[in-house]
Amino acid sequence: MEKSRITTTTNSMTILTVLNKDNFKIEKEQDVVPFRNRVKEHAVKIGMGLVNQTKLITAASELVRNMLRYANGGEILIEVVSKIRENGIRLTFTDRGPGIENVERAMTDGFSTGKSLGLGLPGAKRLSSEFTINSVVGKGTIVTIIKWKNG
Amino acid sequence: MEKIPILKMGQFLLVTIQVDLYDRLALNLESDLVQMVSTTEARGVLIDISAVSIVDSFMGRIIGNIASMSKIMDAVTVVVGMQPAVAITLIELGLPLSGVHTALNVEKGMELLKNKILVNGEVPDYDDDEQYDNLDGTE
Repeated sequence: MEKSRITTTTNSMTILTVLNKDNFKIEKEQDVVPFRNRVKEHAVKIGMGLVNQTKLITAASELVRNMLRYANGGEILIEVVSKIRENGIRLTFTDRGPGIENVERAMTDGFSTGKSLGLGLPGAKRLSSEFTINSVVGKGTIVTIIKWKNG
Repeated sequence: MEKIPILKMGQFLLVTIQVDLYDRLALNLESDLVQMVSTTEARGVLIDISAVSIVDSFMGRIIGNIASMSKIMDAVTVVVGMQPAVAITLIELGLPLSGVHTALNVEKGMELLKNKILVNGEVPDYDDDEQYDNLDGTE
């Protein structure tokens, strides 16, 4: 199980080319709107359609909210990536929060340890083309999503 | 502190959201609106979101809250002008906003509000109600 996961990661690493990198720090609630605008700028630049843009930014908004609520902020790496002939946006959300005890449960619709609807993580996954989550209790959480221009 | 203006139009309250909302602003709008419904005795609330490009689960929850709170306060809420991309995203996110009345634009929303309040009775005061009652012969 562990082995296969590593190979798929390296596989996708060889296929993916990073064209552009941009870092964004989230410390307070007011950073969310500028962050969403930054993501939008990158998405517009690669010619992503309005519906996919909206899906990407909504997913990003959910993940940023989690970061603020549970980890008091964190950092996001915004990348323009390319796979064969398709371009896309990859967002990597890194926080040093408490981590998620049960990732499987956190990915279920309607489950929340806070007071929210529990749609954030599963919703963000549905809205993205690719979604990976890595969480270590006591260390933090890293969520990576990719939205392809036409995906 | 920024605020979303709430306009009173007859027995309705009109809210046009022209900026991207962050959480605090949305929460303030929620409490301001419920307060306004109470102080103005408004019968309907119309929220125009045609300029809103992102509705995530938090914003969706606020919209749902406003609708149910107003309902308890005896007012009808109609959300108008949702962008198609936002509607697509909301459904995929898993937030169908059931329980919230919607209309395509402000004009249709106003019409819907008027109809809703008519159906609930009260507004028109027909003097000749009795006549009609006798005519349908159910007595």
